[in-house]
Amino acid sequence: MSNLIVSASPHIRSKDTTQRIMRDVVIALVPALIASVVLFGMRALLVTAVCVVTCVVSEYVFEMAVKRPSTISDLSAVVTGMLLAFNLPVGIPLWMAVVGSLAAIVVVKQLFGGIGHNFANPAITARVIMLISFAQPMTQWVLPQRGTDGIELVSGATPLAHLSSGNLAALPSLTDMFLGIRGGCLGETCALALILGGAYLLWRRVITFHIPLAFIGTVFVLTALLGKQPMYQVLGGGLLIGAFFMATDYSTSPASKTGKIVFGIGCGLITVLIRVYGSYPEGVSFAILLMNIVTPHISKLTVPKPFGAAASKS
Amino acid sequence: MNKLSIITKGLIKENPVLVLLLGTCPTLAVTTMAVNGIGMGVAATLVLVGSNFAISLLKKVIPDKVRIPCYIVIIAGFVTIIQMLVKAYTPDIDKALGIFLPLIVVNCIILGRAEMFASKNSVVDSVLDGLGMGLGFTLALFLMASIREIVGSGSWMGIKLMADTTISIFTLAPGGFFVFGCLIALVNKMTSGKAIKKKEFGCEGCPNASACGKAAKGEC
Repeated sequence: MSNLIVSASPHIRSKDTTQRIMRDVVIALVPALIASVVLFGMRALLVTAVCVVTCVVSEYVFEMAVKRPSTISDLSAVVTGMLLAFNLPVGIPLWMAVVGSLAAIVVVKQLFGGIGHNFANPAITARVIMLISFAQPMTQWVLPQRGTDGIELVSGATPLAHLSSGNLAALPSLTDMFLGIRGGCLGETCALALILGGAYLLWRRVITFHIPLAFIGTVFVLTALLGKQPMYQVLGGGLLIGAFFMATDYSTSPASKTGKIVFGIGCGLITVLIRVYGSYPEGVSFAILLMNIVTPHISKLTVPKPFGAAASKS
Repeated sequence: MNKLSIITKGLIKENPVLVLLLGTCPTLAVTTMAVNGIGMGVAATLVLVGSNFAISLLKKVIPDKVRIPCYIVIIAGFVTIIQMLVKAYTPDIDKALGIFLPLIVVNCIILGRAEMFASKNSVVDSVLDGLGMGLGFTLALFLMASIREIVGSGSWMGIKLMADTTISIFTLAPGGFFVFGCLIALVNKMTSGKAIKKKEFGCEGCPNASACGKAAKGEC
């Protein structure tokens, strides 16, 4: 009898762990990583490696320093590092990538209490910090290598910058946009790879469709209404990576279905406002960050009614 | 309380910015360059010494019910003098500090010290307290401004140190809050959190304590 374990419920546990979820996210990001290496060369891999290593090491060192249990084995720091790297231009100086990774892990994540306690997505916030701090290197876009004309890196504007300046003739074809043959951050350009990754996450039920659909749908509908090339708006910038991978971050997005839809629409609305009326050509990261901040309020206003419960009278 | 400790307590133990958290607005606004930090600190110190001196002299004359307006009038007088002096002799600093120089009038440190110290202590002690608090304020501003200038603009006291390795968010408001938070954490660590838990800094120390309903019940 002594080997019987008496414990409180729940007795049946799901196999879901943070590590399993984060491993799925990493797997879902692999197509985009491969695409970035194909498009931008080995430096894409180097930038990603620097970000991932800095994130993991800084998380470990910080948790040792404040005597918290180490959480590097849950892979969340790896995901943060990959997402941050995917939001950087390929030519970013490596020390800036290190500073960004430190900001993501130490300032945004650990200072607020570690995984699950951060109020904003670490990768998005770090990208915004870097965009404000290193305005010039962060907007120095590199066009993907084409053929073998002997030129290593060609800098050029992103499709959104062309749209913003009204230079429609310089836009790449929609097929190129879909395959990622355009200027942009290293992981955000290849729509095909991102949609593959997003589909994998949906299939594994790591994310639900509400936020990506509401986010992308809002951007599509609004830009169509405003006559601003909706297909380019959806495929351009960081919309797909933002909608599938960053807006769906558990601790910084609402948990209820209604809340998720409100969150997605809000992200889409702010993105379109910044893209169409703002001075920045791209607004996905600002949109997600701003909606992260109002997430607690959305959650409070969209508490789902339990099955069979009477409507609240207050 | 001996005279030396009145001066030194303002430096770290009761630092007006980093422990009492007074005067946060000018702290965040002017500390983008070390020179501005010193300028603001010195200007506020002069006002603080003057107003503490005058208020402790007049503490028996000023009626209790209208003491806050009286303090403000005295402080405003000193601020005007300092502002004219700064405008006349260091126009660059005047330009850099802008509106925050005349706003020393409503700086909580000065009103706070008038209420917490000068209205209860002798003239000499009050002047020393003003000097200590002013030095603490200047030191905190200088430290914060140095960090923000070096990291954010790659220079210190206007001398160029590095050109390419700057993180310009440090010169903006978010960087200001970040450095401010880090310095508060550092002081808290250095004093093992003891500095903050003094009664004087609680409700009774607040200039509005007598008018505040919650303070009377000890609820704020």
